[in-house]
Amino acid sequence: MLDLRQVTKTYRVGAFGGERLHAVRGVDLAVAPGEVVSLIGESGSGKSTIGKMVLRLIAPSAGAITFEGRDVAAVRGHRATKEYYRRVQGVFQDPFSCFNPVFTADRVFGLIRAEYHRSASAAAWRARVEEALATVRLDPAQVMGKYPHQLSGGQLQRLLIARALLLDIRMLVADEIISMLDASTRIDVLNLLGDLKARGLGILFITHDLSLGNYISDTAVILRRGRVVEKGPTGEVFAAPAHPYTRRLLSSVPQLHTTWEQADAALRAGGERACPGCARGGQPGAHGPVELAPGHHVGCFTAQD
Amino acid sequence: MSLDVNDLAVYYRTLRGDVRALDGVSFSLADGEIMGLAGESGSGKSTLGKSLIRMDARMRHVAGTVRLDGAELPVADDARMVPFRFHQVSLVPQYAMSALNPTRRIGRMVRELVRSRGVDYAGVHPELLRRLELVGLDEQVLRRYPIELSGGMKQRVVMVVSTLLNPSLLIADEVTSALDVSTQRAVAEALAGFRDRGFVKSMVFVTHDLALVHQIADTIMVMYAGRPAEKASSRTIIEAPRHPYTRMLISSLPEVGVTFAGKRLQGIPGRPPGLLDPPPGCRFRDRCPLAFDKCAEQPPFAEVAPGHWAACWKAE
Ligand SMILES: Nc1ncnc2c1ncn2[C@@H]1O[C@H](COP(=O)(O)OP(=O)(O)OP(=O)(O)O)[C@@H](O)[C@H]1O
Ligand SMILES: Nc1ncnc2c1ncn2[C@@H]1O[C@H](COP(=O)(O)OP(=O)(O)O)[C@@H](O)[C@H]1O
Ligand code: SF4
Ligand SMILES: [Mg+2]
Ligand SMILES: [Mg+2]
Repeated sequence: MLDLRQVTKTYRVGAFGGERLHAVRGVDLAVAPGEVVSLIGESGSGKSTIGKMVLRLIAPSAGAITFEGRDVAAVRGHRATKEYYRRVQGVFQDPFSCFNPVFTADRVFGLIRAEYHRSASAAAWRARVEEALATVRLDPAQVMGKYPHQLSGGQLQRLLIARALLLDIRMLVADEIISMLDASTRIDVLNLLGDLKARGLGILFITHDLSLGNYISDTAVILRRGRVVEKGPTGEVFAAPAHPYTRRLLSSVPQLHTTWEQADAALRAGGERACPGCARGGQPGAHGPVELAPGHHVGCFTAQD
Repeated sequence: MSLDVNDLAVYYRTLRGDVRALDGVSFSLADGEIMGLAGESGSGKSTLGKSLIRMDARMRHVAGTVRLDGAELPVADDARMVPFRFHQVSLVPQYAMSALNPTRRIGRMVRELVRSRGVDYAGVHPELLRRLELVGLDEQVLRRYPIELSGGMKQRVVMVVSTLLNPSLLIADEVTSALDVSTQRAVAEALAGFRDRGFVKSMVFVTHDLALVHQIADTIMVMYAGRPAEKASSRTIIEAPRHPYTRMLISSLPEVGVTFAGKRLQGIPGRPPGLLDPPPGCRFRDRCPLAFDKCAEQPPFAEVAPGHWAACWKAE
């Protein structure tokens, strides 16, 4: 349903834009209906840049993104754009920056109605809004009529998810949406994503929290400095991470019953491994991903900037 | 005791009445203590943090006192709080990173901020550089614009600047929530290092992430609907919590290896009560599997074991 082929994004930075910053480099990735793909990586690894390209907020420098067979770059004009956003929606990291500070929650929902659901009766619309709020466990009385600054971070983030649910979306880009939620709400939202997936929704789940990615996703994609270093069925990537970077990342995950020192010790005990691509005679730093098991790919261990 | 909060109540004025965001909060911090502050969204964590440093125009101090290093902290008096802010109490707010002015270089912002607090910048510049280096940032960051820094870098800059004058108390509100795991770890360990080096005496580390906070915090306090539910050593909160809310919270945490398809974890059914007109008695009553008649009466936040407080009739 969603397909990224060799997607690249380069920014000009520095004085007079003289330097290039490679935010995303040659990323291949696909999301099928009913699949949750988690995009995992450190900050600055390019996760949000990928999410924004899928949502057409920025354009790729190279490569192609297709949604249901159509090139996303070719979506032009008000109608086509509106149709695209009826199907593909995003919920973002910092909820405060996505909400217009002078709009109340009612107004935000009202805009969706005006744009997409003109024919809905007032009663039917209210029922829909209430259902969406109930799904994200918000009490209408607690949020309606309030401005963003009057809501807590978590309340606001749930409001954004409820807003996305009011459209007939087929694909959701969820960029760090649960980082601000408390544990019990997190599980509700994750279970909610699981239920949406069961209804056939494709989800690109961007996260830095590996235990959340592990809980919900079918496929895990580990990103480092704009490149995919490892990709495969989530269970496999987590149980048998191959790339040293993935292994290090897993050892930083805070766990309830393991301290960071214990995780470090386990990592050291695991020892160093050789890059399977280079071992097969590939050019260090230049060979492509190697398939270790069906669908489980790992990039070159020595690839630098 | 470095901090002593006694029966603090702070409400938000709204058109529909007072939102009782903090309604009788008491706890204290020992010298050198890092306390994790956890709890459902809307439970009053940020409000507590703000109350200890700056109340916004809608906040109203209703009752209670705060003492810092033995002296009263005049939380209700904006003008009298001025000399304390940044010097004695510092706050790294939720979303501090996204609040950085995008058109200013980091160095200029830091300079302006330090000067606005009546501090001579040249005097602190060498210490600033030393501390940036301590958290793994070189002098170069001062010449960059916020957009050119990663979230973790910005967060570390904000942390270093907020603690530059060695305040007694640092409140860090969700400073790691938007960061990836390795940066989270670096930031959390840097904060613990600030305490170890004496840059701050005690710290309140607000977070939703119990798995993270227990890595660095000595104690954890869990809030529920404007009141503390439980406070104990981090280990006790994770391994032997007594409050039903804490117990349900811990069991809703996905650990690496648990999956939606394998074992669907349960959240805590229901919602916290609205704080406009909260019901009397224990505020967790609607959702509590152990609730009984007595819970119609508000349970005190009582010491149920040495160093272990809980507000529950069943926790004794
Ligand atoms: N300016 C305001 N006016 C009215 N109510 C407010 C205001 N700011 C916060 N509140 C309410 O006060 C309560 C506590 O909010 P607070 O921001 O302290 O929560 P929190 O525990 O930090 O939540 P989160 O984890 O989501 O950041 C919430 O019910 C919130 O809706
Ligand atoms: N508008 C921009 N101009 C220049 N560099 C940018 C811009 N947006 C993002 N970047 C850079 O691109 C890289 C990837 O950023 P991002 O996709 O936000 O990472 P992530 O979401 O994984 O944290 C980072 O180095 C970031 O600083
Ligand atoms: S006081 Fe009663 S309702 Fe409240 S947590 Fe304890 S048992 Fe549950
Ligand atoms: Mg991001
Ligand atoms: Mg908060």
